[in-house]
Amino acid sequence: MSAISPPAERIWWKQPIDKLEFTWIAIAFVWSLVMFVMMVYWHVAGGQNLSNETYKTTKEMFAAKAQAVVDKYTVRAGTAAEKEFPVVAPPAGSDIYLIGRLWDWWPIYELEKGKTYKLHLSAMDYMHGFSLQPQNINIQVHPNYDHVVKITPNQSGTYSIVCNEYCGIGHHTMVGRIYVK
Amino acid sequence: MATTYRICPRSGLQFDTDAEKLMRWNAVAGVLALLLGGIMALGVILTRWPAVHLLPADQFYLALTSHGINMLLFWIIFFEMAVLYFASSTLLHCRLATPKIAWAGFWLMAIGAIMTNVAIFQGESSVMFTSYVPMQAKPHFYLGLILFAVGALIGCFVFLGTLVVAKAEKTYEGSIPLVTFGALTAAIIAIFTIASGAVILIPTFLWSLGYIREIDTIMYRVVWWAMGHSSQQINVSAHVAIWYAGAAIVFGAKPMSEKVSRSAFLLYILFLQLASAHHLLSDPGVGSEWKVVNTSYFMYFAVLASMIHGMTIPGAIEQAQRAKGYNKGLFEWLRKAPWGNPAFSAVFLSLVGFGFLGGISGVMMGTEQLNLLIHNTIYVPGHFHATVVIGTTLAFMGLTYFLVPVLFKREVLFPGFAKLQPYLFGLSMYVVALVMMGAGTLGVSRRHWDMAFAGSGMAYEWPGAAYLMMGLTGIFGVIAIIGGAGWILQVVLSLLFGKKLDDGETRSTPIPLTLPPQTGGHAAHVATPGTMVLALVFLVSFILYYFVNWKYLSSLWGMA
Repeated sequence: MSAISPPAERIWWKQPIDKLEFTWIAIAFVWSLVMFVMMVYWHVAGGQNLSNETYKTTKEMFAAKAQAVVDKYTVRAGTAAEKEFPVVAPPAGSDIYLIGRLWDWWPIYELEKGKTYKLHLSAMDYMHGFSLQPQNINIQVHPNYDHVVKITPNQSGTYSIVCNEYCGIGHHTMVGRIYVK
Repeated sequence: MATTYRICPRSGLQFDTDAEKLMRWNAVAGVLALLLGGIMALGVILTRWPAVHLLPADQFYLALTSHGINMLLFWIIFFEMAVLYFASSTLLHCRLATPKIAWAGFWLMAIGAIMTNVAIFQGESSVMFTSYVPMQAKPHFYLGLILFAVGALIGCFVFLGTLVVAKAEKTYEGSIPLVTFGALTAAIIAIFTIASGAVILIPTFLWSLGYIREIDTIMYRVVWWAMGHSSQQINVSAHVAIWYAGAAIVFGAKPMSEKVSRSAFLLYILFLQLASAHHLLSDPGVGSEWKVVNTSYFMYFAVLASMIHGMTIPGAIEQAQRAKGYNKGLFEWLRKAPWGNPAFSAVFLSLVGFGFLGGISGVMMGTEQLNLLIHNTIYVPGHFHATVVIGTTLAFMGLTYFLVPVLFKREVLFPGFAKLQPYLFGLSMYVVALVMMGAGTLGVSRRHWDMAFAGSGMAYEWPGAAYLMMGLTGIFGVIAIIGGAGWILQVVLSLLFGKKLDDGETRSTPIPLTLPPQTGGHAAHVATPGTMVLALVFLVSFILYYFVNWKYLSSLWGMA
C-alpha cells in the first residue's frame, strides 16, 4: 500500500519511527529553535533592528514638520543634479523628516558619520519603499503613519534612496539622496 | 441522481463520471490561465532584461499585474480544484458530493477570472497582484477576484462533503490515504485564505465604488497577506501531497511513517497561515513581538514540517528502490531512478529546488531583521519563483504527464520532448531564481520598470554585477518560458490529437477499497542512509547561508 491508498495497518499511529527519520526530526527541531532564538538575541545584542515607534499622522501635519526642519537647517540650495531640492544638515540627535511622494524623496539630508538621527518616514499619497543604496536597507513607507527609525550612518559617502514599492507610472524616476560626511 | 464509475485500464483508478469531467475542466481552465500568464511573463522578462527593455512602462506594469494574478491565483487554484476532486472522489472510490454545486463553483471561478482579466486589460487597473490601497483599480477588478474566491470556496466544501460521503457510504476502510490527508490540509488552509480575502477585498470593492471613504494601509497589508501568502501555502500542501503521490505512482513507495508525515501536515494546518507576517517585517505599526512569533510560524514549526517532508519523500523512494535491489553504496537507488520519466524527474527537481532555493531563501528573508536586506527587492520574486514555479508548477506539470492518459484518455504526443521538458523548464528556472536573488542581494528593486532610472533627476547607478544578473534573468527566463510553452503545446496537442485510449469498464456502483488482511508484523525495515546524507548537505547549506546574511546585516548602518 502506498501514499495514495489508505494505510495498510489500521493502527498506523503505533508504528515505530525509523531511527534516521527520528534523528533528522530532532536535528531540524533544534535548528528551528536556534533560528527563533537568533531573532530575539539580535534585539538584545544586535545593532540593526527596525524600530517599533510609529504614530498616526496626517499628510498635512507631517509635511509641516518636514518643512520646519528644512526651514531651520538648510545649508544650501541643491544643484540641478539635485533637483534643486534643499540640502539640509540638522545637528546630530535631531528629528529629521523624509517625505515620500509621487515621485520624489524630499528633502536631501547631509548627515555626520557615527552620529545618530531620528529619521521620520511617511508618504503623501500611495505607499512607497525606502531602499537605501548601496547599503541595501529597505523599509516600507505608509501614508498617514509616522515611522521613527533611529539611524547611525557608519560610512561616509553619497547614498541613494530608491523607491521600491510600486507607485505608478513614474515609479522608476523616484530616487532621493542622503550625504554622509 | 445516479452517476457512473469508470475503471481506468492503465492505472486501475476509479473515476466518478461527474468528478472526472470537473477535473478535466478545472485542469484545462488552469492551463489557459497559465498560457495567458506565460505570455505576460515574456513581456515582463523581456522588459527587465536591461539590454532588451521591450515594453513601455504602462504596458510593463499591466503585464506584471496580469502575470501575477493569472499565475499565483488562477492557474494554481483551478488546478488545485482538480487535485481536490481527484484526492477525494478518485482516491476514496466514491461519488462526488453535489456535482451541480461544484459546477456552480467552477463557473463562478471562470467568470471571476475573466472579469478581473478584462479589468486589467482595459488598463487603469495596473495595481499589481497585491492591489495595495490607496492605489485604486476599477471595481470589477475586485469583484472578479471576489467571485473567483467564492467559487473556490464552494470547491473546498464540495471536497469536504465528498470526504463525508465516502465515510458514510463506507467506500474505504481505515484512514484516508496520506495524499488525501495532504489535500485536506490544503483545503483547510484554502478556506482560511479565502475568508481572509473576502474580509479585505469586499471593503476594498466598496471603497472603489465610493461607499467607504478610506482603507487603512497597514490593516490592508495585514489582512490581504493572510490571503496572499496563505494562498501560496495551499500550494505547498498541494504540491507536497503531489510529491507523495508521485513517489507512490512511480515507485509504489510507501510513506516511511504515516505518523510522521501526517503530523507534519498537521503542523502546516496549525502554523502555516501565520506567514502573513513575512510581508510586514519592514513595516511600521506592527510590533517586534508579533513579527517574531508570526514570521517564524511560531518557532519555525511549519519549517520543521517542510524539512520532515523533504526527508521522508526521498526516504520513501530510497526504501522502495532498495527493496527492489538497488542497494549498492549510498546512491545507487537514486542513480537508477527513472530519470527519463517526467512524472519522476519533475517531482524530484521540484522537491530539491523547493528545498534548496525556495526554502532556504524563504527562511532567511523571513527572519525579522534580515528582511531589511531583502524587502521589496527582486530577491523576493527570486524566492517565490523557486517555491511556486519550481515547487508547485513543476510538480503539477509532472502530475499532468500521468493524468493525460489516465484522466483524458489520450496518449502523450512527442514522448521525447516529455523526457526533457522537466529539465528544460526546471533547471532554467533554478538559474532564474538564483540570479534574481543575486540581483536582489545587490539591492535591485522588484516591480520596477527601469533599473537605469531614465528621466530621474538623481539616478542611482547599480553595480555592473546587478546588470549582469538581470541580463541572465532575461536569458534563462526566456528559456524557461520556452520550456513552459512547450509543455502547454504538448498537453493541448495531446488532448486534441493524441491517440484515443480505451475508456475501460464503466460500472453503476463503485468498488469499495478494502485493506489486505492484517499481518500483525511490520514489513522488513529498510534504512535510508543516502537520504540522510542529502538531508545533511541541505542542513549545512542552510546554516552557512543563514549566518552569512547575519554577517552582512551587521555591517550596515546602526538602526534602533
